[in-house]
Amino acid sequence: MRTIDHRPLALAGGSFLAALCLAPEEAHAHLVQTGFGTFYDGVVHLFITPPDLLVAIGLGLLAGLCGAAASRGVAFALPAAWLAGELAGSIFPASFTLPWLTTVSFGAVGVLVAVNANLPRPLLVVLACGAGLFHGFVNGSTMVAAGTDRLGMIGASVSVFLVITLSSALVVSLRAHWAQIAVRVAGSWIAAIGLLMLGWLVRGQG
Amino acid sequence: MQERNGTKKIRRVPGRAAGTLFPAALALLLVPATVFAHQETGSITGIVSGLKHPVSGMDHILAMISVGLWGAQLGPPAVWVLPVAFPMVMAFGGMLGLMGISLPGIEIGIAVSAIVLGAMIVTESRPPLWIAATLVGFFAIFHGHAHGTELPAGSSGLLYSIGFVASTGTLHGVGIALGLVHAFRGGRLAVRAAGAVVSAAGVFFLARIFV
Repeated sequence: MRTIDHRPLALAGGSFLAALCLAPEEAHAHLVQTGFGTFYDGVVHLFITPPDLLVAIGLGLLAGLCGAAASRGVAFALPAAWLAGELAGSIFPASFTLPWLTTVSFGAVGVLVAVNANLPRPLLVVLACGAGLFHGFVNGSTMVAAGTDRLGMIGASVSVFLVITLSSALVVSLRAHWAQIAVRVAGSWIAAIGLLMLGWLVRGQG
Repeated sequence: MQERNGTKKIRRVPGRAAGTLFPAALALLLVPATVFAHQETGSITGIVSGLKHPVSGMDHILAMISVGLWGAQLGPPAVWVLPVAFPMVMAFGGMLGLMGISLPGIEIGIAVSAIVLGAMIVTESRPPLWIAATLVGFFAIFHGHAHGTELPAGSSGLLYSIGFVASTGTLHGVGIALGLVHAFRGGRLAVRAAGAVVSAAGVFFLARIFV
């Protein structure tokens, strides 16, 4: 009978929990609302949170480079995972925003786009689910503190769906070689922003 | 109102626009709005400072445009490898600076980058791609170290970084666009002349450090 070694998974989980404990920071609630209700507050939330926007655009570019089938999978996996993460964050809100991990996540996605990593579809979907759960969890925690309800979380997920769908569809439709290079340049910009942001975090000016 | 050739001629009535605008202005007064005095500070100053910073120093402008010009001279794949590699290596240099890791001769490195990149353009040097990428990457560390750390007080570090990277990348794009004239006989000479100007400016920057 085949046995599965759970030690690597336990080690990864333990490391993740240790990283969570090492990077505490106070939650920052968004004080300004749209005035159109919580759904639209949620829709706008993505566009006023640069790390979330960068990871959504980056994953859209990466999915587009990996092809139409991969894009279709990610277009549904990321918003669904994002919403699940938001709900988890609203139920078990964290008192910190984990800027280190959000920076590493969008920076890593930028590197993958820059090097034109042709990831297999299942791996890309897992990556999107991980990013969605994590960023959604941080969203859910901060949105509860700001008084945004579940409708606002659905609004944020709708925004994520729109961004990932439009960005991946745009890249899939590109035929010119230079246009695909432009996508990789955009990935290198996202990676560069991530690297600089890590420096700011070390300096305490994030 | 007359109708000619299937199109309606609309006669403008003076005062009708005012009659529409006045109720709209009244409606605006009926919408209550709470004034929020700078709840999210540092966002605009951060991104504007980041966008402005790379174009505020001639040394950085010339070096970035040179990268694009040289890439255009070298053609594919260098024309896209250099702009992809440069921002990441430059950001790495910026990260070193932010972490407090000092590098010797930053200003000299920036001046020399203009001299060397300009010389490469003047002589139309065509080294292997890895040498070109390494050379550009080496100078990128100096530029990132010097410029990436100059955040105005109270600004958002993330938005400053977004503006800084976007502005630097746009300068590369300008260099590549200018370098497209390399395809023409006169344009080729013009690109080499631009390289000579960059080199001369580099010598001037270097002289200012020591004199």
